[in-house]
Amino acid sequence: MFPFGDREGQLITLEDLPLGGPQQLAYPMDPRTKTVRNGSTLNLISLIRFDPAQLTEETRELAARGVVAYSAICTHQGCPVSMWEAHAKNLFCACHATQFDPRDRARVVDGPAPRRLPMLPIKLVDGVLTVAGGFTGRVGGERPS
Amino acid sequence: MKTTRTLLALAAVLGLVMLPATALAQGGYSPVTDQRLVKPEPENWLQIRGNYQGWGYSPLGQVTPANVKKLTPVWAFSTGVDSGHEAPPIVNNGVMFVVTPYSQVIALDAKSGKFLWRYKRELPEDFKALHNTSRGIALYGDKVYLASLDCFLVALDAKTGKVAWQKKVEDYHTGYYMTLAPLVAKGKVMVGVSGGEFGVRGFVQAFDAQSGEPAWKTYTVPGPGEPGHDTWSGDTWKRGGASVWLTGTYDPDLGLTYWGTGNASPWFGDQRAGDNLYTASTVALDAATGALKGHFQYQWNESWDWDEPDAPLVVDYQKDGRTIKGLVHPARNGYLYLLERSRERIGFVSATPYVKQNVFRSVDSKTGRPDYHAERIPKTGKRADFCPSLWGGKDWPSAAYNPKMGRLFIPANDNHCGFMEGKVQQYVAGQWWTGVDIPDIGFAVDKSAKYFGQIQAWDINGVKRAWSHQFPDSMSWGGVLTTGGGLVFTGGTNDRYFRAFDASTGKVLWQFRTNSGIIAPPASFSVDGTQYISVVSGWGVDPAFQQGLISNLLGWEKDVPQGGVVWVFAVSQ
Ligand code: FES
Repeated sequence: MFPFGDREGQLITLEDLPLGGPQQLAYPMDPRTKTVRNGSTLNLISLIRFDPAQLTEETRELAARGVVAYSAICTHQGCPVSMWEAHAKNLFCACHATQFDPRDRARVVDGPAPRRLPMLPIKLVDGVLTVAGGFTGRVGGERPS
Repeated sequence: MKTTRTLLALAAVLGLVMLPATALAQGGYSPVTDQRLVKPEPENWLQIRGNYQGWGYSPLGQVTPANVKKLTPVWAFSTGVDSGHEAPPIVNNGVMFVVTPYSQVIALDAKSGKFLWRYKRELPEDFKALHNTSRGIALYGDKVYLASLDCFLVALDAKTGKVAWQKKVEDYHTGYYMTLAPLVAKGKVMVGVSGGEFGVRGFVQAFDAQSGEPAWKTYTVPGPGEPGHDTWSGDTWKRGGASVWLTGTYDPDLGLTYWGTGNASPWFGDQRAGDNLYTASTVALDAATGALKGHFQYQWNESWDWDEPDAPLVVDYQKDGRTIKGLVHPARNGYLYLLERSRERIGFVSATPYVKQNVFRSVDSKTGRPDYHAERIPKTGKRADFCPSLWGGKDWPSAAYNPKMGRLFIPANDNHCGFMEGKVQQYVAGQWWTGVDIPDIGFAVDKSAKYFGQIQAWDINGVKRAWSHQFPDSMSWGGVLTTGGGLVFTGGTNDRYFRAFDASTGKVLWQFRTNSGIIAPPASFSVDGTQYISVVSGWGVDPAFQQGLISNLLGWEKDVPQGGVVWVFAVSQ
């Protein structure tokens, strides 16, 4: 679902995702109860559509027709990764400038984040982007002990 | 230290009882009173800048240009926290308080470094901040006051670190957060809010120091019916910015506090026609009532992200044979301002460029209002290049003033420029809303420049530059301390050095490589007759981001190590 803005609450379709980025932030919706999981920003995810050939093999496995989904919560300190570095086509976190490569399981390309963004496996069910499994890692940033 | 040991031995021989410096460990703690804050004892560092006037000056004179070479570490303490440590140690009769990023407060024995207590704020799971730092704590009575990142004013028991009370200042979900040290005067604790990048409306709020009850609240963007409101178009004032990132200074005689305000939101002036008071300004607020008693705006219709958050120093100076009760502000816009303060207003005196700036065509000699080169104003859909970059001639690290010399020491940055083009961004509460995404903010340096960072010394009477120390391979990101011994201490460079300069000549007399880069201002205090110099080293936040950009342009080492350590130095005998 679109998380905010003019189309808040509407379903995000493949056509809403420009090929090659930038990302579209989204909240997931429970397909059964239609509950939108927007109670916490920790549920924010990024959807990006690529030509499947541009994705690494491990990334392609969890993608659906080139669409990849990642936690939008930075693994550094939990800011939403809401910006886009247009030259390198990387996800960009505004807080301390970490860049993640969405074609390669959101590997850290630059910046202070200690680990990649957890990926959310997705599939297409009747043309609808649907969650296919749990996150590949812990969602959220680091905190000092 | 040998001196101390000798003294202790002597005391033992004479059968004297030496009052232990670890007063806190013994259950004693010297309450901080208004009198003490107005006239701080030289041996203590009770406020972030040492006094209400914001001088960053210690009258202590034991460490001098002659003996500073023998400055050696006495103890160090690892905070266990990463990111930018921007707070000075605060010292009250042998007890030191340090605040770290993520709103943790640590109390230590100032002489021995012995750990006393730590307050760890549990930040909410979904909390995030652009600048996860803190610029200091405030002391008053037997309490320690913290403005927490998640927007609470927290009063801690200075002896135990236990929470006495806490008051919510704002809702962090909407982008508000706090990074400043509170300011305490006459029974009131004052705080201001950060969050300009998220479309907040800035304010300063005062609370009763004892009970925590709210006393007054003054918005830095005036609402309908308030003077200055007509400098905004439509509803733009509602998210107009003017954050209060840093602590105000205070003139106890006038009863007025002086606060610096951030730029306007969104960043591009054509999206909010008008002067946009009181963004990029200094405002005078009555400490008792919060009433606005004057303002000076550095840039009208601000469009360069030149916040002016650093409060002006309260300094009296000479001009044309008369003493002016003044304010001094080395601005982010690259000009050094001399202003005049009174109970009723802030008057303009002079503005002198201290780094290269290409936006102002001129500055009106009567009002201080600048005239702009039109092609240097970035707008929505129109790129403009300008110098200095958005980090300005001086960002938040504070300048210091030595009253013995009438001299101001500015941590300045030169030979860097920026370019931006604005776009209209949809406002979403709690999200970035500046009109430009960070990857699209242009940053450039003059590759032929001989230096970038500087420490500049200015004689305030006559506004003349006395000396300048230049860093060819680093920016200058450290707050400054100057002392009665005729020294200037600062870090601020990417090579991790802590340096002492001769305040008269600018010569580097001593340097010591610390664990990390220093972006916090140093402090000086004494315990049992020994003068100590202390600083927290811990690189992060904007200096780290900027270092990354420059490393791409000039090949500087990108990786300045992070992690906070409190350092305490004294002259070895
Ligand atoms: S929170 Fe994303 S880089 Fe720090």
